Amino acid sequence: MTTLRLEIPRPVHPTGIWSWITTIDHKRIGILYGVTAFTLFLIGGIEALLMRAQLAKSELEIISPEVYNQLFTMHGTTMIFLAIMPMGAAFFNFVIPLQIGARDVAFPRLNAFSYWTFLAGAIMLNGSWFLGGAPNAGWFGYAPITGEIYNPGHGIDFWIMSLQILGIASLAAAFNFIVTILNMRAPGMTLMRLPLFTWMTLITSFLLVLAFPVITVALIELMFDRFYGSNFFVPAAGANPILWQHLFWVFGHPEVYILILPAMGIVSEILPTFSKKPLFGYPVVVLSGVIIGFMGWMVWSHHMFTVGLGPVANSVFAITTMLIAVPTGIKIFNWIATLWKGSLNLSTPMLYALGFIAVFTIGGISGVMHSQAASDAQQQDTYFVVAHIHYVLFGGSIFALIAGIYYWFPKFAGKMYDEKIGKLTFWLIFVGMNLTFFPMHFTGLDGMPRRIYTYYNDMGWDLWNTASTLGAILLAMSLLVFIYNIVTSWLNGEPADGDPWDGRTLEWSIASPPPEYNFAEIPTVSDIDDWWVKKRTANAVVEPTEGIDPHSIHLPQPSYWPFVVSVGLLIGGYGLIYNIAVAILGATISMIAVYAWSFEPVNDPEETSNH
Amino acid sequence: MSAVSAHGGEHEQTTTGLNHRKMLMWAFLGSDCMFFGSLIATYLVYKGKSKVGPYPIEVFDIPVTSVSTFVLLMSSMSMVLAYSALMKGSLKGFRIWIASTAIMGMTFLAFQVFEFTDFATHKIEVDCAKIHGESLDSLEHELAEKCKPGDGIISEDHGLTLRTNLFGTTFFTLTGFHGAHVSIGVIWLLSLFFYSFRKGGITPQRHLDVDLAALYWHFVDVVWIVIFTVVYLFGVFEGF
Repeated sequence: MTTLRLEIPRPVHPTGIWSWITTIDHKRIGILYGVTAFTLFLIGGIEALLMRAQLAKSELEIISPEVYNQLFTMHGTTMIFLAIMPMGAAFFNFVIPLQIGARDVAFPRLNAFSYWTFLAGAIMLNGSWFLGGAPNAGWFGYAPITGEIYNPGHGIDFWIMSLQILGIASLAAAFNFIVTILNMRAPGMTLMRLPLFTWMTLITSFLLVLAFPVITVALIELMFDRFYGSNFFVPAAGANPILWQHLFWVFGHPEVYILILPAMGIVSEILPTFSKKPLFGYPVVVLSGVIIGFMGWMVWSHHMFTVGLGPVANSVFAITTMLIAVPTGIKIFNWIATLWKGSLNLSTPMLYALGFIAVFTIGGISGVMHSQAASDAQQQDTYFVVAHIHYVLFGGSIFALIAGIYYWFPKFAGKMYDEKIGKLTFWLIFVGMNLTFFPMHFTGLDGMPRRIYTYYNDMGWDLWNTASTLGAILLAMSLLVFIYNIVTSWLNGEPADGDPWDGRTLEWSIASPPPEYNFAEIPTVSDIDDWWVKKRTANAVVEPTEGIDPHSIHLPQPSYWPFVVSVGLLIGGYGLIYNIAVAILGATISMIAVYAWSFEPVNDPEETSNH
Repeated sequence: MSAVSAHGGEHEQTTTGLNHRKMLMWAFLGSDCMFFGSLIATYLVYKGKSKVGPYPIEVFDIPVTSVSTFVLLMSSMSMVLAYSALMKGSLKGFRIWIASTAIMGMTFLAFQVFEFTDFATHKIEVDCAKIHGESLDSLEHELAEKCKPGDGIISEDHGLTLRTNLFGTTFFTLTGFHGAHVSIGVIWLLSLFFYSFRKGGITPQRHLDVDLAALYWHFVDVVWIVIFTVVYLFGVFEGF
C-alpha cells in the first residue's frame, strides 16, 4: 500500500477543476453541495411545471399518463433527496465549522466523499430518463406496485440504486457532523451555548443515522425481490406488502423532521439577529427540537390511517401525532416572542423567516387536521395532502433555505446581494407559493385525488387548478429573478465586510469570505451569542486576515481518493442493475481507493512531524 | 501546538476527550443496530407465515450451529488478547492473536457456507423397507407412497433457497448480511495483521487502529448472539 502512495503524488492544485475534485475544504464542499442541489431543485421544479401544465384545465392531453407517473415520482424523490436534504447539507458544511469555531469538519475526506456520492446518486436517478424510463411508483414506492410483475423495466431499479447510494452519502455526512459538533467545539462552547442551527443539525444528524438504515433494509428487500426472486413483498408467497409501508414510514417520518429541523435552525438564527434581541427561551427551543427528534419516531403510522391497522393503533398514532404538534407550537411561540418589542430590520432574510412562520404554521395546522384518523380517511390521497406537504416543505423548508442563502450570502460570496430585488423576489415567491398551493386545499377537500393525470370537466375543479398553474408559473418566474440576483451579485456585488448584519454567532467574527483556515486564533466562548456579547463588552472586532502566514496553520490536504470511491460506487450501482461483472469492477475500484485512503495521512508526514 | 492542527494524530484535543474516529465508530454501530434491527423485525413479522416448507425445524441443526457460534464467541476473546498483547508491546503476541481471530472468523464463515449449501440441498428421505410401524410426517408420508416393492431408501429434493418461501427469503437475507459483516471484519483483521509487518505500522501508540477493528468485531459477535437466539433457538423450540 505504501507503493500506491509513493506512485500517486498528493494533489496540489490550488485552482481549476482538479482543485474542486480533490478539495476537502468544508467551505468549497458546501458551495458544491449548494450549487448542485439548487440545480436539481430547478430540475424538480421543471417536472412540477410540466405536471401543472397538464392539470391547468380538465381533460388536457399534453402529457401521457405514463409520463405523468414518472414526473410525480421524480418530482417528489428529487425535491426530497436531491434538493432539500443536500441544500441543508450545503449549510451544514459551510456554516457549522464556522459557528463552532473549528478549522474544518472532523473528517474532511469523508466530507468530500459524501458530496461525490450524493452526486453519483443524483446522476443515477436522473439518468433513468435516458435509460428506458424513470421510476413511476410515487416517491414512497408502495409494494407491490414496485414489484417485478407490476413494474417491469429498469425505472424502479434506478430508484432503488440511487436511494441506496444517496443513503450512503447521507450517513457518511451525518456521522461526520455528529463528531464535528460534539468534538470540535471551541473552548467554552458547551452544548447549551451552541448556536441553534448547529443544535438542529446535531439532532438532524442523529435522525439520519438512525432512520436511513431502515430504508436501506426496505430497499434491499425490494431489490432482492426484483433481482433475485425473493418473496419479501410477494403476497402469493404469504408476504404482507404492508411491511413496506411500515419500514418506509419508520424512516419516512423522521425524514420529515430531517427536512424541517435545519430549516427551524436557520430561522432561529435569523430572527434574533434581525430583531436585535436574543432568541426568546433558548433552552426551551433546544429542548423542543430534541423532543421533536424523539417523538418523530412515534408517529409513522399516521401515514397509514386508511390501511386498516385497527382502532387501537389508529388512536395511539392519532394521539402521538397531536402531541408532536406541541413542541413545534412551542417553537413558533418562541419565535414570535423573539420578535416582540424587537428592533426589527426587515431585510430579505428576515422577510423569508417571517414568511416561514406564517406559511409553516398553516401547513402545521393542516397537519394537525390529518392527525384525526377519522377525518384523515377523507383527506387521504387527495390534493389536501399535497397542499399540506407543500406548505411545510415549500413554505417551511424552502423558505428557510432561501432565507439562509440570503443571510449567509455575504459570508460565502464576500459580496452583498441586491436588497431591492431580494425583497421583490420574496413577495413574488410568497404570492406565487400561496396561489399555487392554497387552492389545493379546496380541490382536495372536494375529493380530487393526487397522482391522476387529468380530471373530467364536470368535476368543477377547473378554476382552482388553473389558479394553481398560474401560481406555479409565477413561482418559476420569481425563481428566475432570484437566480439573477444571486448570480449578478456574486459576480459584481458590493464587497461585504465580515459582519454585515451585526451577527451573534462566531461565523460573523471572521472575514467574508472566510480565509481557508477560518480562524487564525481559535476563539474562546463564554456565552450564548458569544460574538454579540464580545462586541458589546470587549469591543471585539472582525479578525483581520493581514499579517497571518497561512503556512503556519496546518490544514488537511486535498485527496483524490474520496472521489474515486464514489466513482466506484456509481459503477457498482449500474453493475448491479445490468451486469454483475461491472458491479465487481466497481466494488474493486472502491475497495482499492478505500485502502489508498486509509494509508494516506491526513497531512503528509513532513507536515505532521510536530505531533 | 495550539496554533496548528485542526486534525492530526491520535492525541489531538477534542471537546469530549473521546477520539474523533472512536466516536464515529460508535455512531456507526448505533446506525448498524437499526440496520440489523430492521432485518430481524422483518424476519419476526414473517415467522411462521411461510406457505410451503422447508420450515426452520426441518433444516436447522442446532449442535452444528452451536459449534460455529462458540467459535465466533471465542474469536472475541482472542481479539481482546490481541489488543492486550499490543498494549504490552508484544508485536509477536499481537500477530498470533489477531491471526487467530481472523482464522476463527473464517471458520465461522466456512460453517455458514456449509450450512447454506446444506439447506439448499436439503432432502426428504424415506426407508421403504421400514415404512410400517414408523411415524412419518405428511411430507414423508407423501414420499412413502411412491415406494415400489423392493426399494431401499428413496429421497426427494426439498431444498431451501432465497426463493423457496418467506423463511428462506428472510433467513438468508438476515444471516447473509451478518456473514457479509463478518467477511468485512476478517478482511480488516487480516489487513492489520499484514500491516504489522511494516515497520511502525502497528504500535502501542497507534492502538486506536486495532481498537476500532475490535469494537466492530465485538459488535458483529453480539449481533450473532441475537440472531442465534431469535432465529435458531426460537426456530426449533416449541412455544416461541
